Amino acid sequence: MATKRPDIEFLTSKARQIRKDILNMLASAGSGHTGGSLSIVEILVCLYHYKLRHDPNDAQWTDRDRLILSKGHGCPALYAVLADCGYFPREELWTLRKFGSRLQGHPEKGLPGIEASTGSLGQGISIAVGMALSAKLDGRDNKVYCILGDGETNEGQVWEAAMTAAHYKLDNLIAIVDHNKFQIDGPVHEVKNLEPYRRKWMAFGWKVKECDGHDFDSLMDALDWAEKVKNHPAAVIAHTIKGKGVSFMENDNRWHGVAPVREDLEKALKELEEE
Amino acid sequence: MKPTRNGFGDAIVELGKKDERIVVLSADLTESVRAAGFRARFPERFFSFGVSEQDMMSAAAGFALEGKIAFACTFGVFATGRAWEQIRTSVAYMNLDVKIIGSHGGITVGADGATHQVLEDIALMRILPNMTVVVPCDYYEARQATVAAAYYPGPVYLRFTRNSVPFLTSEEDEFEIGKAKVMREGKDLTIIACGQMVHHSLKASDILSQDGISAEVINLHTIKPLDRNTILESAEKTGAILTVEEHQIFGGMGSAVAEFIVENNPLPMKLMGVRDRFGRSGEPEVLLEAFGLTAEYIVREAQLLIEKKAR
Repeated sequence: MATKRPDIEFLTSKARQIRKDILNMLASAGSGHTGGSLSIVEILVCLYHYKLRHDPNDAQWTDRDRLILSKGHGCPALYAVLADCGYFPREELWTLRKFGSRLQGHPEKGLPGIEASTGSLGQGISIAVGMALSAKLDGRDNKVYCILGDGETNEGQVWEAAMTAAHYKLDNLIAIVDHNKFQIDGPVHEVKNLEPYRRKWMAFGWKVKECDGHDFDSLMDALDWAEKVKNHPAAVIAHTIKGKGVSFMENDNRWHGVAPVREDLEKALKELEEE
Repeated sequence: MKPTRNGFGDAIVELGKKDERIVVLSADLTESVRAAGFRARFPERFFSFGVSEQDMMSAAAGFALEGKIAFACTFGVFATGRAWEQIRTSVAYMNLDVKIIGSHGGITVGADGATHQVLEDIALMRILPNMTVVVPCDYYEARQATVAAAYYPGPVYLRFTRNSVPFLTSEEDEFEIGKAKVMREGKDLTIIACGQMVHHSLKASDILSQDGISAEVINLHTIKPLDRNTILESAEKTGAILTVEEHQIFGGMGSAVAEFIVENNPLPMKLMGVRDRFGRSGEPEVLLEAFGLTAEYIVREAQLLIEKKAR
């Protein structure tokens, strides 16, 4: 809801810090999804420091914008951003994936800032549809944002939800696709081709804008546009790089579900310092 | 006689009048699941999902997260089968107030045949943490169960019949989720049934009484949480249990009873239900006969069980 755009330098330094947190968290956990966490850093920073109407001191504020991370495996990025905003103590980040932690391997409702338990792909977008319908029913003007993976959109449920959202003209629902072009088995176009991707969303009744998912101006433009779309749900296809920010992780799908070991971590953190 | 789905249809309208939080989601079978009355009365709180059960189920979770009491309605087979993992992860894992309406339970769906006759739903639902499973025996109980489910915390699965079943209860009867009803007291064996099998079990107990056999009949409308006290008390009194359900014998109501009994007070038991096969097309009464689920079959199994007990 913010109208004034934050300083790009501020956002960039936030993104750098979040990346470091993600890598430290994953290294400490010893497992987790590195590539798909690093690809959504700018998207999340842009949402939490620019677009979302939210209050870390009142996570249940009725009129808050909702964010559903449908690609739940990217949660290290979300956890890092939420902790940085003050939703929960930063020290908890280092408990990721450990027994007794609120930072489950995939997001679990109960941790402040987490709207829904997600991780089983395709379900988050439907949950977001239910929330958007609820908001309309209650006469609230909040938005519901939903971040999806590109591989996730192989799920039939995503397209069921897409039809429902268009049918009900859910202009309070904004889907952001982290289009990093990889899924576990390999490049998306080899595993199951999504093209013509933009036209698919359009054919399902959505208004669509593509953007550079690592460029803050491009992201802010797209999210500003999405907020203004009327009578249709809006999809932002954010072109991203899996493993973004660490040279030896970028576009290397071996980092899909692998956490950095100590040597990787040191190398990666050094790169981020020098940026 | 009325179908139990009608009990849901009437109750949901009453609920809608009293409580703004009630929303109904439907997957294209609105008239069949008896949600059309609610749709006509409260169109703004009725949501049509088309033939998209998975989307409907997760969206119901979205509504519940926003403080609604969401009834997600379709045939039992599609609700619990097609959308099982959505129920598991979007609904049960978050312990949300989603009430799953599974109409057209059992073989008595009739002519539509195996694809539409759910015989696995009780198993699929009761295995889930946080889930409550209720199978009312008649119209009035279905009405009461619907209202009770709305205000029972967390997810509830309700199974209803397509066909008309006799009235066995009345509006004045007490109904509480998790509290089984002893429909008839007896001392020689306990027949535990749910859904329309309660009616057939009562008929069986009539026939048995002519032979001097006194059968206790328990209406186990709630399969989860199980009313352990009522089951155990009856079992200790009669010394034998016969379960009857319109469901696969594996994993269903009888299995729930057997799991409990085997851990507490093992005694002769027999499970009646559908034995590891799919349904067929046919008239409900013909199918019940063909699948061995009429009073006469219950009588025979009861007699065998009593002989076994005596040995």
